[in-house]
Amino acid sequence: MTDKIKIENVDLFYGDFQALKNVNMNIKENEITAFIGPSGCGKSTLLKSLNRMNDLIEGVKITGRMLLDDVDIYKDMDATVLRRRVGMVFQKPNPFPMSIYENVAYGPKTHGVKGKAKLDEIVEESLRSAAMWDEVKDRLKKSALGLSGGQQQRLCIARAFSVNPEVILLDEPTSALDPISTMKIEDLLVEIKKNYTIIIVTHNMQQATRISDKTAFFLVGEIIEFDETERLFSIPKNKKTEDYITGRFG
Amino acid sequence: MDRAIDNLKQRKAKAFLFKSSVWFCGILTVGILIYILFFILLKGVPKINRSFLFGEYNSETLSAFSSMVTTVQMIVISLLISVPIGVFCAIYLAEYAKRGNKAVKVIRLAIDTLAGIPSIVYGLFGMIFFVQILAFRASVLSGIGTISIMILPVIISSSEEAIKSVPDTYREGSLGLGASRLRTVFRIVLPTAMPGILAGIILSIGRIVGETAALIFTSGTNVLKTPSLDLMASQRTLAIHMYMLASEGLPYSRDMAFATGSILILVVFVVNYATTKLAGRIGRIHD
Repeated sequence: MTDKIKIENVDLFYGDFQALKNVNMNIKENEITAFIGPSGCGKSTLLKSLNRMNDLIEGVKITGRMLLDDVDIYKDMDATVLRRRVGMVFQKPNPFPMSIYENVAYGPKTHGVKGKAKLDEIVEESLRSAAMWDEVKDRLKKSALGLSGGQQQRLCIARAFSVNPEVILLDEPTSALDPISTMKIEDLLVEIKKNYTIIIVTHNMQQATRISDKTAFFLVGEIIEFDETERLFSIPKNKKTEDYITGRFG
Repeated sequence: MDRAIDNLKQRKAKAFLFKSSVWFCGILTVGILIYILFFILLKGVPKINRSFLFGEYNSETLSAFSSMVTTVQMIVISLLISVPIGVFCAIYLAEYAKRGNKAVKVIRLAIDTLAGIPSIVYGLFGMIFFVQILAFRASVLSGIGTISIMILPVIISSSEEAIKSVPDTYREGSLGLGASRLRTVFRIVLPTAMPGILAGIILSIGRIVGETAALIFTSGTNVLKTPSLDLMASQRTLAIHMYMLASEGLPYSRDMAFATGSILILVVFVVNYATTKLAGRIGRIHD
């Protein structure tokens, strides 16, 4: 499998604070990569810099290179193009205050898709991919804010699908959800990885072992260990990794 | 045990006291509003007749027809001027200006100061600037110019508050899909902020309808025989009409002042209703 994303010598600063230290990592296509580590270790920061959501924060400075299909995303790519190709699902479900249909149609409309038939098709397809078409097909015109937390999060995943991205970033997508909703989303991610490259930040180590192919363990801005998930959790090479996954700190 | 029961009794008594004072205040507020409404309507409505409503103005009819038309004209044109400027200014302040920007501090100070200036001062300014310097004379146009400036701070601050109260997660969601800043603002932020912006507009309508001091100096107290949309004419609004009638001191004209007041109340109801409907439709465009 080819490397979809390459991260080379990346340092990231919030003002004077260095949040990422010399990060290097390659992320393979059609795999699920999990980022784990204690709060404030830089895992979410790295995730957000992959679709330049960090641009929105004042005083962020990044050095080094991040490549998507060998193109530098900070130098040679427009942020809106990048964000269409690299979608994001946030920690708290954030559907727009519109109908379910409009939530999913917003993305394609943004990128110039017109015509009801075409939009209908994209909406259905996206909702099917997020395994919620049957749940909501009779109330597409109802407000998305009336859905349960788990449904809202799957709607956000459907919304991310709607612009046909290549990579999907998920920032602790299940931390605000109940176990059943969490399971549905995990199943969904495993199901769709054949079509996408997925990176997930999680606090939940069981979640990482259940769904990810590779896992990166972060500590104070550095990648301590990055390996096959199975190997990282069974025979960690680094003492710090071992301490973390066995629950000795974090 | 006894103390626990005493405690509970005490808490219940407190809750009852609190609840009844909340109710009392609520009823008092509504009561005052209803009293004022009835007071004006009971005195005013019986005096309204055809020639007062739609007749030609003379000392006999004291018709409010031309003032009515001018009032609506002023509301519509002032809002057409101030709402776009005000909302765009609010978008700049809330979405684009960097935090700690010096210019923003100055703008905000200016807005807060403008909001606190009594309307008669706006009137004097309008008299010098629009009436004399721009030579619009005492005209509806001078009045509109003055009033547009007067309501600008209201619209800016309420719109800015409304825009700021839109959760950042909506913006992130939109930008995360590859939408531009501009599209995010117009498609996600503004529709979500619409109720707050609308509140500012309705407040402004109230100020326009009730304004007298600023308008006496700028659009004048003249009254045309028949309604006219001529911006260069000097013409009074309903509020000024009411003021002029009431200050004549004759029983008949005082009665007609109440009749004017009744129409004023009706105009406010109609305009507010229309604004709410219109804004609701704008907010729902993308549904």
